Amino acid sequence: MTHVVVAMSGGVDSSVAAVLLKEQGYQVSGMMLRLWSEPGKENSNRCCTPDAMSQARRVAARLDIPFYVVDAKEIFKKTVVQSFLDGYAQALTPNPCLVCNRHIRWEFLLNQALALGADFMATGHYVRLKLAEDGTRQLLRAFDPAKDQSYVLSVLRQDQLQKALFPVGDYPKPEIRRIAEAHGLAVAKRPDSQDLCFLAGEDYRHFLQRNAPEILIPGEIVNRAGQVLGRHTGLANYTIGQRKGLGLASAIPLYVLGKTAATNQLIVGGAAELGARELLATGVNWQSGQSPLGLFRAEVKTRYTAQAAGGWVTPLEGSSQAAVVFDSPQRDITPGQAAVFYDGDQVLGGGVIVQFK
Amino acid sequence: MNKPIYFDYAATTPVDLRVLKAMLPTFSENFGNPSSVHRFGQRAEAALETARETIAATLHCDPDEVIFTSCGSESDNLALRGAAFAQREKTGANQILCSRAEHPAVTKTALQLEKLHGFQVEWLAVDATGMVRPSALEKALCEKTALVSVMYANNEFGTINPIAELAEICRERRVLFHSDAVQAAAYLDVDVTRLGVDLLALGAHKFYGPKGVGALYVRRGTGLIPHLTGGGQEFGLRAGTQNIPLIVGLAEALHLTVTEREARSAHLRPLRDKIIGTVLETIPEAQLSGHLEARLPNHASFIFKNADGNSLLQLLDAAGFACSSGSACKTGNPEPSEAITSLGFCREWALGSLRVTLGASSTAEEVEQFVKKLPELVAKARGLLNFRPGALEE
Repeated sequence: MTHVVVAMSGGVDSSVAAVLLKEQGYQVSGMMLRLWSEPGKENSNRCCTPDAMSQARRVAARLDIPFYVVDAKEIFKKTVVQSFLDGYAQALTPNPCLVCNRHIRWEFLLNQALALGADFMATGHYVRLKLAEDGTRQLLRAFDPAKDQSYVLSVLRQDQLQKALFPVGDYPKPEIRRIAEAHGLAVAKRPDSQDLCFLAGEDYRHFLQRNAPEILIPGEIVNRAGQVLGRHTGLANYTIGQRKGLGLASAIPLYVLGKTAATNQLIVGGAAELGARELLATGVNWQSGQSPLGLFRAEVKTRYTAQAAGGWVTPLEGSSQAAVVFDSPQRDITPGQAAVFYDGDQVLGGGVIVQFK
Repeated sequence: MNKPIYFDYAATTPVDLRVLKAMLPTFSENFGNPSSVHRFGQRAEAALETARETIAATLHCDPDEVIFTSCGSESDNLALRGAAFAQREKTGANQILCSRAEHPAVTKTALQLEKLHGFQVEWLAVDATGMVRPSALEKALCEKTALVSVMYANNEFGTINPIAELAEICRERRVLFHSDAVQAAAYLDVDVTRLGVDLLALGAHKFYGPKGVGALYVRRGTGLIPHLTGGGQEFGLRAGTQNIPLIVGLAEALHLTVTEREARSAHLRPLRDKIIGTVLETIPEAQLSGHLEARLPNHASFIFKNADGNSLLQLLDAAGFACSSGSACKTGNPEPSEAITSLGFCREWALGSLRVTLGASSTAEEVEQFVKKLPELVAKARGLLNFRPGALEE
């Protein structure tokens, strides 16, 4: 019997993933990561509070599947939280979910699942998989475009995809809730998760103030011409495209256009100055395992919530980097976030944005 | 997957069918309240007092020295809290002596007495096998000592303490001596006359009785302040209508245990020794935790360097073996227990603890399967602990 470990969070999606796999005839076990929380905020961590854990345990009991909690506190802190802090220290807007999926869920936990004897690991992510003729597995956008999570799974390599199952990606979210209810799962009505799990429901700025106050160095706010318009409280407190909270008196609304780490300057400008046509991404992962031969057309997504936009992608530096030229200027391209390349529904790969212009 | 093999009898045991049979009539037929005047009450009272006599006979004490409680932990609580308050009132002594290897039912109670009620807790030293030596007790006793609590046999590493000697020392100094015999009662002599203890805690589900019932032996003349007050049941020491079915189950289970003790030990000791011998021989960087000889006959416990006990338990469960560990908890927190830490192991050893406890249904074949599989699983658990992010990308 094929054995699947479901990475459970206590939420409705991973719970229904377990239900679906069990119905499909797999031997199913549940595993849950115990992740890092700030000392004193253990009860606010979104997805591994004692409450979430007991929810997951109850679902597993209801399905009569084994359930194991795996401690990942230290490795999560060293890997995900540290890169989050490092990213902000380098004037980026890091995306810790990408790091977590790459190193914690789909390496650390997958490794645990395989050691347990599993053939596959499943999560409650809204994405689909397709087996290509050459045996490779392709990651596709979810059936429900509103819930699609292919952006954060663009970090998966072919060897990880070979071990992955995503049972909920074929369903619209309301259907998933209906299945949960039909199975009497108490999680059916739990609200969808949002925000980063380790921020304990707070603004990330509070987290930075507590955990890395040294990176919040006040500096100048300048316009593109270099004219000083005011003072900022630390580059990490601002995100590209942000309008509110700049504390500047100006005739026209001002937006954050960019950050210059070397001079600790925050660059602002009017709405007309927003947008860029080109970006450079590094650490690019090509999901097929094969680098593209050269320039190709793709739809490119630059944030989890952004719409994909058409453009040309050029692999560089032995394809570990990629340059993107969009057909039209894109707003809010943000260094530290991923640029993810799509061919229709299929994820080709992605990398971390380091520059834009 | 094969039928899972249960090697966690120190956690709990199944109810012996003979025990269940003894209990059944007391649910709906003989259902009375033993405090009632009428015939229904009288019949229930008869069942209760027969159970008390049975237990008294196995403990070699008088029936009115046996108090029924809801579990071993409650017995420990009543013993510590009840005796500490009573002794302080009587003599002014306010010190409690126990070791860090005690069950949390004892250590947490002692710590609460210290934190909220002005008692003072001193920790008795244990040797590397987890044993409280008489010399350590002699050294720690002082005029302020009100109560000493030393467990008969340790739940996590199986070591048996020299209770008779320790109790003797306390009696000479007129200090009360309590022993938690929750693990020990399944396999060791619980003759309180021979042991010389003032208080002794039992829990039925460790010896094929039901969960939710325990007993406390209280030597005549030992002052106890009750912590459950009310209707005056249990000689005023533990209020609440007695749970007759469970109490009857406790008595029957203890009676069977005492009758069959030698045979049970004779069955399990060679199986235990097979596990200990093979594990130490076949697994590198493995140590026995606890005492090699002075240990419970069904209890094998180890620590493995650089392995997470929690991972090992999960791997074992997936492979069909239900075991336990002194560092594992269901929430995945990898902290080693106080008891394992008290043995003096450093962290890279203490995290990798494993407890294998045998029981009635254990067979040589099960043990054979287990010792054959374990080396591979320990190696796997060690591999998991060495995981480095990004390692797969190279």
